[in-house]
Amino acid sequence: MTDWKDKVENMVYTGRIKVPYLWNVGKTGSRFLVAIRDKKEIWGTRCPGCKRVYVPPVKSCGECFVPTEEWVKVSDKGVLESFTVVHYSHEMQPRKAPLAYGLIKLDGADGAILHLIDDTDFAKLKTGMKVKAVFAEQREGTIADIKHFTPA
Amino acid sequence: MSKIAIVGVGQTACTRSKIDTFEEMVFEAASRALADAGAEVGDIDNVVTVSNDFWDGRTISSMAVQEAAGSWGKDVSTVEGDGTFGALYGMMRILSGSFDTTLVVSHMKGSESIMNLITNAMFDPIYQRGLGIDATSAAALQARSYMTMSGATEEDFARVSVKNHGNAKSNPYAQLPMKITVGDVMASRKIAEPLKLLDCSPIGDGAAAMVLSNKKGLKRFKKDPVWIKGVAHCSDAFTLGYRDLAKSRALKEAAKKAYKMAGIKNPLKDLDVAEVYDAYSYMELMWYEGLGFAPEGKGYELIRENATGMKGELPVNPSGGVISSHPVFVAGMLRLIEATLQVRGEAGKRQVKGAKTALAHGINGPCGQAHCVYVVGA
Ligand SMILES: [Zn+2]
Repeated sequence: MTDWKDKVENMVYTGRIKVPYLWNVGKTGSRFLVAIRDKKEIWGTRCPGCKRVYVPPVKSCGECFVPTEEWVKVSDKGVLESFTVVHYSHEMQPRKAPLAYGLIKLDGADGAILHLIDDTDFAKLKTGMKVKAVFAEQREGTIADIKHFTPA
Repeated sequence: MSKIAIVGVGQTACTRSKIDTFEEMVFEAASRALADAGAEVGDIDNVVTVSNDFWDGRTISSMAVQEAAGSWGKDVSTVEGDGTFGALYGMMRILSGSFDTTLVVSHMKGSESIMNLITNAMFDPIYQRGLGIDATSAAALQARSYMTMSGATEEDFARVSVKNHGNAKSNPYAQLPMKITVGDVMASRKIAEPLKLLDCSPIGDGAAAMVLSNKKGLKRFKKDPVWIKGVAHCSDAFTLGYRDLAKSRALKEAAKKAYKMAGIKNPLKDLDVAEVYDAYSYMELMWYEGLGFAPEGKGYELIRENATGMKGELPVNPSGGVISSHPVFVAGMLRLIEATLQVRGEAGKRQVKGAKTALAHGINGPCGQAHCVYVVGA
């Protein structure tokens, strides 16, 4: 039995969606980014309930549902809690593969901050190793002002 | 709670690069669910669609597929999230007292966009998105956190991939049925360490639909009902780093509530079959722990002992799981559909003999931020 569908050439339409946005960082986040930009200092906020120190800072604790107004300076060094070496490249990545990501628990913070790991032999990365922040020379008030973390 | 039944299920085959449009896929799945129920579109009181604007590449994506889901002249609303959450909302629409029956549909065409770009956009734009993180690199971080906590190995992850791709050979709808070995998984291309190609689910297209009814609505349908005996969901912190990635407390919480509702005391014994959201191989082991099949950090014991194989104590993912077919947002609904088919005894070559009580599980958000757990039975 012949089916007309077997004879139809399929058409494909290629879209080029580009939708610009801007995001206000808010005062809490801005204070965090400005301290990195101007002083190479990393600050978090402490929850009055669970005492957790959030880095990047939050304005309220998701767990305790209370405002977190106390600022705490944390270290630019910490422990690598997890990492991955990524072997594919896509437009959204700031560097070509292979590139590495880490979850870094900074000394004085609870939880971990996500960032790139670089300037090292990726084969030598291990969970539990000490790492430190490398600050960008030109700092503009974004998370990229921390260029990446590297073994301390 | 008054009881809600699943009376009809339908799915398209899951493939890479379907030619059909979203509407055509939705119509196919919805028609199959209605046919399965022995019903017509007029038997449906309201419709819930499941879709996501970023994946569909259009704003208010829900509006485009409504008619294909049979919504003309009806109340219709949308869930942006996994299909298990869509089905839960569909249940709630009935429980509100406004409707007796709901049709829930979900669709996904992962092949028409770039998964890595889309999932990069689920992360916080200020602190994480610019780093280029995506679903797979985030999953890799979670896989390593889990290995560090539990002592599970990459070979344990590979065993999940072997089991589920093997099971998929008995599922005519699965995208990647494969007979592979642990060695094949270990030797497959590195994607984001410790994850390799065969640890990762494929990009796929597909649609699924189900018909839900309360007791009063049942007379409209020919199919024997499969009852939702327990259901619950729970969500943890969004930001990677604020949450313990190695332990899923949100899943524990959701499972505890669903088990309580369903009267499940010992899930490993009381359940006959489980379908879980193994988007990446390691996830299945983590979910064993969250679902109480194994103590924390001991999920690997079940896969090493083959306790979750087709002949094991609790077969997990007889369908082949998400690692064999991953239309995002549809995949959780496929778990619930497979659980339904198993309880009905209609799962063909992958049927778990005498299955009476089945579990289905869906996730949402990065690294399983939110979990939805169902227990269904005849
Ligand atoms: Zn708190």
